[in-house]
Amino acid sequence: MSAAADNAYYERKGILGALGRDGLLQIILIANTIIMLAPIIIMVFSAFKTTPQIFQSPFSIPDFSNVGNFVKIWTETNFLRYLLNSFVVTGASMVLILTLGTMAAYAIGRYSFTGSGFILMFFLAGLTLPLKLAIIPLFMLMRDLSILNNQLSLIFVYTAMGLPTTVFIMTGFIRSLPNELEDAARMDGASEARIMWSIMLPLVRPAMVIAGIQNVVPIWNDFFFPLVFIQNDNLKTLPQGLTTFMGEYTTDWGVLFSGLTLSAAPIIIIYILLSKQFIAGMTSGAVK
Amino acid sequence: MPQLRMTGRGLWITMLIVPPLAFVALFIVYPILSAFAYAFFDWQGLRRLDFVGLQNFHTVLFVEPYRSWTLNAFKNNVIVFFALMVLQNGLGFLLAYALWRELPGARFHRIAVFLPVVLSTIIVAYLFKLFYHPLFGVVNISLKSIGLGWLAQPWLGQSGTALWSIIIAQAWHMVGFPTLVFLAGMQRIPGEILDAVRMETESEWVKITKIVWPLVAPSATIVFTLLFVGAFNWFELPYIMGGLDGSPFGSTDVLGLYFYRTAFGNVSAGQQNFGLGSALAVIIFLFIAVVAGVITTRLRAREIQL
Repeated sequence: MSAAADNAYYERKGILGALGRDGLLQIILIANTIIMLAPIIIMVFSAFKTTPQIFQSPFSIPDFSNVGNFVKIWTETNFLRYLLNSFVVTGASMVLILTLGTMAAYAIGRYSFTGSGFILMFFLAGLTLPLKLAIIPLFMLMRDLSILNNQLSLIFVYTAMGLPTTVFIMTGFIRSLPNELEDAARMDGASEARIMWSIMLPLVRPAMVIAGIQNVVPIWNDFFFPLVFIQNDNLKTLPQGLTTFMGEYTTDWGVLFSGLTLSAAPIIIIYILLSKQFIAGMTSGAVK
Repeated sequence: MPQLRMTGRGLWITMLIVPPLAFVALFIVYPILSAFAYAFFDWQGLRRLDFVGLQNFHTVLFVEPYRSWTLNAFKNNVIVFFALMVLQNGLGFLLAYALWRELPGARFHRIAVFLPVVLSTIIVAYLFKLFYHPLFGVVNISLKSIGLGWLAQPWLGQSGTALWSIIIAQAWHMVGFPTLVFLAGMQRIPGEILDAVRMETESEWVKITKIVWPLVAPSATIVFTLLFVGAFNWFELPYIMGGLDGSPFGSTDVLGLYFYRTAFGNVSAGQQNFGLGSALAVIIFLFIAVVAGVITTRLRAREIQL
């Protein structure tokens, strides 16, 4: 389309004529970004305000040196404990997911053996099934294993949930690695374990990062499984602890907002620092 | 290859594969299969009683008040699905199209649109719950400050607006996901095709509907299927924003919430019913599996191989 035809077309249209199509798209993007950021900014601003300040001027920029709300959370609530629990559960799950996921993907991707196709299918079957709907049997299983009200129940479920995507992503990646290094090492008499550990694993790291991000966000944010498995306040994870906390401070909005801000802060900061990896990691299952 | 080496290798592969397989078998496959089995038994609390065949299914589908509860929750899920189809996936497509043009600031806009996605659903739920507060929430305060005070209302407190208010919070939370999946699809469209189109047509609308949309069909298949699965086991936002009972008056009740309430609802009052809960789980599960299967196959057929 020539520039002349382009202009002629847009001159016929009111708003489009004035702005051009890029102008209109630009306005859509800016408006959307404001809508995306405004709630987060209001949340952070409110965290530094007293309750009357929030009600009177919800949009004003606060005095950021006023950290009374945060001090209150730090000293008077179990917040730190919830944060620590989230770290423990997420960390342990990630170690298990990446270790077990790499083991399975390595076996499927690197060796040809009877039943490998079936085993891959078995892992992939877990990919789209909503495990929430199996919560009753899971609850009974955890009870029978005597790990209800124990962080192991969460770690085990998250590990199982994370394995399908991890095996899926990593098998594809491991298959694409060249054979030469491996063959050379095998000629030199290296054991299979040695080949995997010293030669292949260093090459697999990029896929581990993608798989790691894809799993760490939903596990860190999960609310449903702690809700069912954990009763003891000292064992609650951050999203679950937040419900306790929000229930305690219903009238002190400054503290409520700073609780939300503190909970959101770690993941927002990491996301802003590593946005590219985050976006790639979280959409990788969907965009191949 | 000597026999000994073969067994060594077989053992090695077994060592690699068995532990991960055991996790998936024990914590995914076994519970899902058990959910089906549980639905055929009568339960008292955590104790399994008699085999009752299809009775639990009959109860939740045909016996009052379960029948009305099931239908109401299902109806709300249908609303949620179609509303999010427009608000989440529709807007996502539009935003992806805008981002794809690489206008000034595109990188920043891309980071911003995905930011809410990384937040915990619980944070989003409480944040919007505070925003929707009838007296002190920013939604009503904003409306009053721009002279639209007559529009201010108890958003989560009345049947007409509660579900929609939660849907909007959900759309805000997740719109970045379809946006980036569509954007990835658009970035795979070869430049020659677009150049050819520019020569042929002068209308932006024709370009979007006839060229870009069909070419991002694989992205559409993925985001539609994921939205369907997500919408029909939606739980966290309505649980925090509407409450366990789907207040007010069941207007925010959805299948995920109803299932959870039936299974674990009021343990202390002895109202938890694993049999009916499992029957609901099986019905929801089969519904999701069948419809998601149909959606995927239908949409796959539409995809064009580049």
